[in-house]
Amino acid sequence: MSYIRPVFRHPDLPRNALGFTRKDYEGAISTLCAGCGHDSISAAIVQACFELALPPHKVAKLSGIGCSSKTPTYFLGNSHGFNSVHGRMPSVATGANLANRELIYIGVSGDGDTASIGMGQFTHVVRRNLNMMYVVENNGCYGLTKGQDSATADIGSASKKGEPNHFEPIDLASVALQLGATFVARSFSGDRAQLVPLIKAAISHRGFAFIDVISPCVTFNNNPKSTKGYEHVREHLAATGTVDFVPFKEEISTEYEQGESKEVALHDGSVVHLHKADPELDITSRRSALRLIKDYKAKDQILTGLLYMDENSQDLHEILGTSKTPLRDLAAAELCPGQKVLDKLNESWR
Amino acid sequence: MKRIEAVNDFVIKFANVNGTGSASANNMFAKAVFRMGLPVSPKNIFPSNIQGLPTWYEVRVSEKGYLGRRGGVDMMVGMNPQSMAKDIKEIDSGGYFFYDSSKPLDLRMMRSDVHFIGVPLKDLCQREFSDPRQQQLFRNVIYVGALAALLDIEFDVLRGLVSDQFRGKEKLITPNVRALELGYHYASEHYSCPLGIRLERRDAVGEQILIDGNTAAGLGAIYGGATVAAWYPITPSTSVVDGFDKYCKRLRIDPGSGNKNYAIVQAEDELAAIGMVIGASWNGARAFTATSGPGISLMSEFLGLAYFAEIPTVLIDVQRAGPSTGMPTRTQQSDILACAYASHGDTKHVLLFPATPRECFEMTAQAFDLAESLQTPVIMLTDLDLGMNDTMSPPLVWDDTREYQRGKVFNEEQLEAMSERFGRYLDIDDDGIPYRTYPGTHPSKGAFFTRGTSRDEYAVYTEDGDAYEKNMQRLLKKWDTAKQRVPAPELIKAGKGSKIGVIHFGTSRCATLEAIDSLQAEGVAIDTLRLRGFPFNKTVDAFIEEHETVFLVEQNRDAQMRTLLVNECLISPRQFIPILNYNGTPITAKYIREEILLVVRGDNVRPLRKQRSVKESV
Repeated sequence: MSYIRPVFRHPDLPRNALGFTRKDYEGAISTLCAGCGHDSISAAIVQACFELALPPHKVAKLSGIGCSSKTPTYFLGNSHGFNSVHGRMPSVATGANLANRELIYIGVSGDGDTASIGMGQFTHVVRRNLNMMYVVENNGCYGLTKGQDSATADIGSASKKGEPNHFEPIDLASVALQLGATFVARSFSGDRAQLVPLIKAAISHRGFAFIDVISPCVTFNNNPKSTKGYEHVREHLAATGTVDFVPFKEEISTEYEQGESKEVALHDGSVVHLHKADPELDITSRRSALRLIKDYKAKDQILTGLLYMDENSQDLHEILGTSKTPLRDLAAAELCPGQKVLDKLNESWR
Repeated sequence: MKRIEAVNDFVIKFANVNGTGSASANNMFAKAVFRMGLPVSPKNIFPSNIQGLPTWYEVRVSEKGYLGRRGGVDMMVGMNPQSMAKDIKEIDSGGYFFYDSSKPLDLRMMRSDVHFIGVPLKDLCQREFSDPRQQQLFRNVIYVGALAALLDIEFDVLRGLVSDQFRGKEKLITPNVRALELGYHYASEHYSCPLGIRLERRDAVGEQILIDGNTAAGLGAIYGGATVAAWYPITPSTSVVDGFDKYCKRLRIDPGSGNKNYAIVQAEDELAAIGMVIGASWNGARAFTATSGPGISLMSEFLGLAYFAEIPTVLIDVQRAGPSTGMPTRTQQSDILACAYASHGDTKHVLLFPATPRECFEMTAQAFDLAESLQTPVIMLTDLDLGMNDTMSPPLVWDDTREYQRGKVFNEEQLEAMSERFGRYLDIDDDGIPYRTYPGTHPSKGAFFTRGTSRDEYAVYTEDGDAYEKNMQRLLKKWDTAKQRVPAPELIKAGKGSKIGVIHFGTSRCATLEAIDSLQAEGVAIDTLRLRGFPFNKTVDAFIEEHETVFLVEQNRDAQMRTLLVNECLISPRQFIPILNYNGTPITAKYIREEILLVVRGDNVRPLRKQRSVKESV
């Protein structure tokens, strides 16, 4: 982390379509440990929101409790934020989204917050296909309470304390796939080139977009015996391919590499291009994604990149059939039926 | 043999097996009494089970309008062999036992001081109907027909009820009316009708309605402008959201698009239900949840967050008998302390105590105004008795000129005009209530971070002790503001400078007022105070101060309201004589009367009062 951030910014900083600079998407200075993977993820979120030219106040950021859940303070300072209770961000995000379907919802959680105390709420927010991006900053340990193993720690992986983990890890990406998540990706906090377009695609996706980001804990879980340390992750990384996110109306200017590529159009006209590294992957098939995660794991590799997306999914509002106007904006006249109706109802109870 | 003689003033109890379709027949009976212009109070006493266990339906008819449980049974309709021996024992001497005489009664159960009235329901049914399901269902309808003859219920009233009930399913009307006639004719031919207890048409209900409190609360949420309901099924609160759902389908669908101007989510548990309510309220919608005791325990952590982060939250607690799973289908008022101080740390919450369906309706709507204007959780504490039983109530009313009080919220224009920095927790108006903003209001002003951790007035995280204390003090100031805004207590003075006072709340109201009435008739003047909200205001302190003897009627074991009064009004627990009922059935007027008399008769014997209160405090 850095304690000082320069006040002066170059007057010719690039501006996005709304005229904002990257600075307009930054938050308070991080209080996490120097080198924490989470700070790289915050920076990627800032970059993605800047590039998407989102109006900052039209984003709501929510989190639970833990190191990861502190991070919404460190990005999008002009957005409302909600640091809720441990493991319960999904329900708060659900309520918030029900109240106003027009905002963009970014949820940030950790492996403790999601895979242990919040496992119940996580599984149900996936099932409901809530329109939000849900990022798990996954470091395999409880940082804020000084390094206990979390439920995503691999068998045999040892944190700074040195005791290897004996319990089967929960693979959140696989869980999300099995429960019907409509956008699933995995990434690494140290791979910004991959993470930024994934975040952009996840935000643009209508429905529940899940990104499991391996994010090393430099203080408690970055030792040689840990499978969530920088060294191990870098050495065992494999990617589904490179991802380009092309917003609607923006001319496609990316140079494609040779090889197989797949295009998926999102509901708003944006396009996701996946340049496949593994021809086995079919990102429109859950089975394919689940199999590949297992295959790579068997080879002791961590498969990252876009794993699955269903661009035609219906989000919670569409399933419920709620008003197109945000519920919170409905006027009293639309909500309160008045005394005349009550007179009739009273008659039915006589 | 003695025979109970009474016109329009008796208690009839139906003993049934649950899952046999008796509920709708019993409802028809109660509603027939009501449509004859007579105050009626039916109470369902049912098991936590779907089929096969004993269930009772106790109907009190009272021309004088007493709607609480009276105590005692004048007539028992014994349809359940399982509970029959006990049911027969329960009848008051000179009372009546109605039974299915298709099979002979066990002679050991006979009582010489009770009138036995047998009607061969099963035989009549089998002769008339061929379908086995109908044979079961119509047995219930036949006994209603027989009771019509025995108690002088106008047959046309029953006919009208059947056609109302089956509107749209006309072919069901004829067999139902036929079943009523079968019972009616059999009873008229075999017994001298009416019996000693009977009904006569009166005009004693006026414009009142018969409705359960939960339906009224669900409708109150619609009128109160709720758009988001999140809940987890739990008896006895489920019908609050059912009611909201039912009437939303009629009143909240946009006619043009067919879209819903509301959202209901059945959550994965109570934790998620309250979390959704908090998220929606934070984002500017009116949202609520309904639950019962176990749900309150689960929601406690989130209630603390809503209190500390100052997020409006509306919660309806339909209380049942605890602790733990307790008696899930029996009534109690035992969540008072759990709700008042829900969550860790220094927390306290605004409570509302409705006593009638109309109050369930009004207070639910009011809860949204209070929660938003105070920016804090508001819990309406009703109970199974009020929530699930049809209760006679003044009609529901809504003032069409009323506007929702959305509280202190800065909009885009106000933020735009603001030159100073927005401070989410600044006490600008000196009432402890700060200003908030909804997410998405202004491009560069008014955003803040909501958190359960301590923060300064600008919502910036801090662990500074002074800033923390200042904030906690402001929350207390807000609490003082709340005292003036919650519904005032209802004070009824006997008008003779009485030194005896009775404090009561919620569903103890009817039984308490009836007991006071009967004591008044005997020259014992008693003032009453009905608590309707928490925090308590000065009226409560003054009432306790003005009376030498203060009874406190509650439906829990530990006199929880006494604890709350003692704690909040700084009063000695010895000031109160608790009258406690917690067996799971609603408190009776008879019991309250006897408990008061025990003390009042020996009023000059001071030690008695002390003795009793000491005993109760243990």
